[in-house]
Amino acid sequence: MQARLIQRAKELLESGEVERVLGWTAGEFFYDLTPAVFTTVEVLEKDFRYNVFAGANLSKYLIAESRKPGKIAAFLKPCDSYSFLQLVKEHRINRENVYVVGVGCEGKCDMEKIRAAGIKGVLDVKQNGDTLVLDTLYGEKTMAVADALAERCAVCKSKKFAIYDELIGEDGEDSDDSRFAEVRRLEAMTPEERFAFWRGELSRCIRCNACRNVCPACSCEKCVFDNPASGVENKAAASSFEENMFHIIRAFHVAGRCTDCGECSRVCPQHIPLHLLNRKLISDMNELYGAYQAGADMESRPPMVDFRQNDPEPSIVHERGNR
Amino acid sequence: MQVNESWKPTIVAFCCNWCSYAGADLSGTNRLNYPANVKIIRIPCSCRLNPMFILRAFQRGADGVILCGCHPGDCHYTTGNYYARRRMTLLFSLLDYLGIEKERTRVEWVSAAEGAKFAAVMNDFVATVTALGENKRLEDLRCKQD
Repeated sequence: MQARLIQRAKELLESGEVERVLGWTAGEFFYDLTPAVFTTVEVLEKDFRYNVFAGANLSKYLIAESRKPGKIAAFLKPCDSYSFLQLVKEHRINRENVYVVGVGCEGKCDMEKIRAAGIKGVLDVKQNGDTLVLDTLYGEKTMAVADALAERCAVCKSKKFAIYDELIGEDGEDSDDSRFAEVRRLEAMTPEERFAFWRGELSRCIRCNACRNVCPACSCEKCVFDNPASGVENKAAASSFEENMFHIIRAFHVAGRCTDCGECSRVCPQHIPLHLLNRKLISDMNELYGAYQAGADMESRPPMVDFRQNDPEPSIVHERGNR
Repeated sequence: MQVNESWKPTIVAFCCNWCSYAGADLSGTNRLNYPANVKIIRIPCSCRLNPMFILRAFQRGADGVILCGCHPGDCHYTTGNYYARRRMTLLFSLLDYLGIEKERTRVEWVSAAEGAKFAAVMNDFVATVTALGENKRLEDLRCKQD
């Protein structure tokens, strides 16, 4: 796949059709591929990487890149294409300056899952069909790709592209709603258990703002959490309030615009399952206001800027018990 | 266990200028009783209520927050309360999901003619929050006075 992407990117650059290519390059470790913009074929051939760890969603970078002169080609996976279309819909991306190359995706792997399986000292990972071949300090090991999939990919919402100009690989199908299983598990708990769960998770937050910075929906030029007068721009040592406030408000600000790409959880250095907050809102909106997938099309109105006269009253939250 | 008999909850009531604030006024001129620990904050419309205001109120020591607005369909700005309704539904659901008692938050539609309803709603809400006790799950220790 990497060779096919490099080949196509090279053709696009050489023909002058695009001036820049947005893709992935090696990060600090082999398992954290980092977004990168390539302008020359030489650098592209040397540094472009694509493998099972190319999880980064590139659509957010197109906000800045599409406003520069000249066209840019971007490699987008199916879930990235939803974020991309949502940003086009919000007039954040200049669509005319972007050439979208869809890259078929079978799910990306999470190094934590590989470590959790007890495989230590991994030096390199190669994909061979349905198995990962791991080159470790202790010799070669193998593992099923399905066992190493990131949580968001194991319950992938859709492998069907929202938009693309050309496709490398295959367009997939919508998946079932198994992604809400974890939300249902939490909903079934008592409020005390839920509070303990979230306190345990959110108290680890170090307020690095990585979730906000990586989120395609969190792309406001001015952010409430950058305001020193807000009282919640930093982590306070004394109280648990900041993390609660930060994560509630962040989840709320992206309600109806979050495409459930799962980047927030991927980048969290503390491994807080932040996507569960967004998924709860998505599941509520689907249930109360009709099924909606942000970024799936250009026409539909997001539920939070829309209403019906017969919407349920807020007291429904009290009436439906733990749900 | 020592129980503080004199503890009274602090309730913040956000009231829309056109209906509920006038409703509160009417309940006053009618000499209807509602607890003095309900602090009314006037807002231009129920949809002016940023969800952050609710969290802020809890941060600064509120034990319960209630939003009162015009009945759906009667909004002074035609559609404001429809948006507020969706927002509050989602916010309350999210707070509940985080394990914060959902009984501490409420939305009631009170028109300018419903002074009696305003007093009844406030009496009921204060009783509910008093039974729950102090807000411990969304407090900010830096904002505690003692």
